[in-house]
Amino acid sequence: MNRHLLSAADLSRDDAVLVLDTAEELARLADRPIKKLPTLRGRTVVNLFFEDSTRTRISFEAAAKRLSADVINFSAKGSSVSKGESLKDTALTLEAMGADAVVVRHSASGAPHRLATSGWIRGSVVNAGDGTHEHPTQALLDAFTMRRRLTGGEGDLAGKRVTIVGDVLHSRVARSNVLLLHTLGAEVTLVAPPTLLPVGVDTWPCATSYDLDGELDKSDVVMMLRVQRERMNLDGGGFFPSAREYSRRYGLDGRRMGLLPEHAIVMHPGPMNRGMEISAEVADSPRSTIVEQVTNGVSVRMAVLYLLLSGSDGIGEDA
Amino acid sequence: MSTRTFVVKGARPLGADPADLVLEDGAITEVGTGLSRSGAEVVDAGGLVALPGLVDLHTHLREPGREDAETVQTGTAAAAMGGFSAVHAMANTDPVADTAGVVEQVWRLGREAGHCDVHPVGAVTVGLAGRALAELGAMAESAARVRVFSDDGNCVSDAVLMRRALEYVKAFGGVVAQHAQEPRLTVDAQMNEGELSGVLGLAGWPAVAEEAVIARDVLLAAHVGSRLHVCHVSSAGSVEILRWAKSKGWNVTAEVTPHHLLLTDELATSYDPVFKVNPPLRTAEDVAALREALADGTIDAVATDHAPHSHEDKDCEWAAAAFGMLGLETALSVVQEAMVETGLLDWAGVADRMSVRPARIGLVEDQGRPLQAGSPANLVLVDPAARRRIDPFALTSRSRNTPYAGRELPGAVVATFLRGRPTVLDGKLV
Repeated sequence: MNRHLLSAADLSRDDAVLVLDTAEELARLADRPIKKLPTLRGRTVVNLFFEDSTRTRISFEAAAKRLSADVINFSAKGSSVSKGESLKDTALTLEAMGADAVVVRHSASGAPHRLATSGWIRGSVVNAGDGTHEHPTQALLDAFTMRRRLTGGEGDLAGKRVTIVGDVLHSRVARSNVLLLHTLGAEVTLVAPPTLLPVGVDTWPCATSYDLDGELDKSDVVMMLRVQRERMNLDGGGFFPSAREYSRRYGLDGRRMGLLPEHAIVMHPGPMNRGMEISAEVADSPRSTIVEQVTNGVSVRMAVLYLLLSGSDGIGEDA
Repeated sequence: MSTRTFVVKGARPLGADPADLVLEDGAITEVGTGLSRSGAEVVDAGGLVALPGLVDLHTHLREPGREDAETVQTGTAAAAMGGFSAVHAMANTDPVADTAGVVEQVWRLGREAGHCDVHPVGAVTVGLAGRALAELGAMAESAARVRVFSDDGNCVSDAVLMRRALEYVKAFGGVVAQHAQEPRLTVDAQMNEGELSGVLGLAGWPAVAEEAVIARDVLLAAHVGSRLHVCHVSSAGSVEILRWAKSKGWNVTAEVTPHHLLLTDELATSYDPVFKVNPPLRTAEDVAALREALADGTIDAVATDHAPHSHEDKDCEWAAAAFGMLGLETALSVVQEAMVETGLLDWAGVADRMSVRPARIGLVEDQGRPLQAGSPANLVLVDPAARRRIDPFALTSRSRNTPYAGRELPGAVVATFLRGRPTVLDGKLV
């Protein structure tokens, strides 16, 4: 049985579908007047955030609390890469407090992997986003949202075409989504300027394109990634010439939305740069699932914590 | 110089037929069969291979400044345990070895420790900052007699400064040893840029950042008629450029580390910083090209880039960890596995790449000499049939950051002699 969720690659198709099915069951809870299950009573979940992310932290906190777990929020701001030793010391502290699960967000790729494999702690480790590596629960909630909208909330995503647009190079969301969506049978195309695609992307289980317009009419899902404006002001000329040019070539506006098939949805992991990668018109349209993704995040994270902590029905391989 | 006399019985010099060697008054005085000396100590070397004492062109002894990671005492002891009779101590200490005062201090500490000769490397630029030439002449004329200059850890990336350094050291027969790393292409770089860096989300260190600097530097060296040495070559592309430069007859030499001959970037998938090193571990194709280049002489020497780091600097997340790995005590074993057991080099070839050529590059006259009467008695006896499992806590170095922990490697150093005096005997530090 698996103890950790470090990468979307840890999940087989059956594991992933189990998480999504479990999340679907748990989502029904949200419609009840009392939104709480006793499942994880007496267990301790620590949210260990070395990087600011109020949205993700609140989502995990709500998920753990709805399962009656005790939740400790541990914000280790400032203890980032420059003082790496603190990762270990923090881990030892959490171990001493008896954490059953540690939900970790860190600016260093691989930090959750180190936590899980270094012997510093015994509890389960859930990767809540590490550097430019992965963010597996985001991919799960995205898949959950797609499944609800496109397949009636059942099975996998076989044959669905998903176009992911933007800063793939720096995106942990893109990495986890490519892996998970491929596992679930979807066909993924990454669209970005060549400067924002990593070396070796040709070996990933997906297609790539530099031309957004050419992909839209065959997409069931368009997922827009956040593009940081700072990326164009770096030494070396930046990754693209200007925000204006980026928007023109890779932004999703009303005209481009019109090229999508009738049933297609528009996703964004948030936080958005309105007017940069996505226009307000698109973000606020009925095709947009952006608010829904937030709601679904809680159900999916409940499912992950439930499956990791509540006994034998684990997910994935032992990491 | 040793007053003790040793008769080494039945060793195989450079892997050839067994012979006896007499070591007296600091020199090899006779090589032959059935040799004896009255009052001599006899070393039974049956089955052992005798090589000239190994010479490392690239060692970080960390003193002054980071005595918590290594000292001249512990680092040279580790060197002797690895079969080395001379090491070149890199300049990136604190304070930097950019003045006659610092290089003389390191040189004296080496003499006092007595485990092997220490040849300090002088910094090319003041404070390794890449802006102004350090006092290269003063270091050359100091008691330390510096001949190798390097900003290792940093690249001398400014083309004009590199040109001036190459020109300037001609006055005293020096050589500039370049750490080839285009800095702008490697900002925050964490591992080899390739398939894996993208998947692991670790910022890439592209091979072209090394190759572009080597290409520039071989052209500069040819243009000003000087001597260039390239540190820790790591990529197949670098090998091609060096092969081309050598075919032109240019005065260019190069080294490869043991770890780049054996390990690949796959190890980064563990996110264990013990595998974090600069230049980074690269692909299996690069490893194959480096082995071939070392075998055909395109790469002249094996140099360890022994880089001790404190536990704290490695026991953390990958991005926060220091670059570097230990090398002195495992170098010969790794070369045996990567080069000898693969048939790419014989023991004479190992002696050439780990002793003769590095001594020549560093202008160290009393090292890397043939195992014959008249040579200084610097030699190592190695048991090629031994196999040992590497235990970080059993190493002589003060640090533990070996990438071979738990791994079984062939070969074991049984004895090391420095001018006729044993520094290691029966596999133990004397």
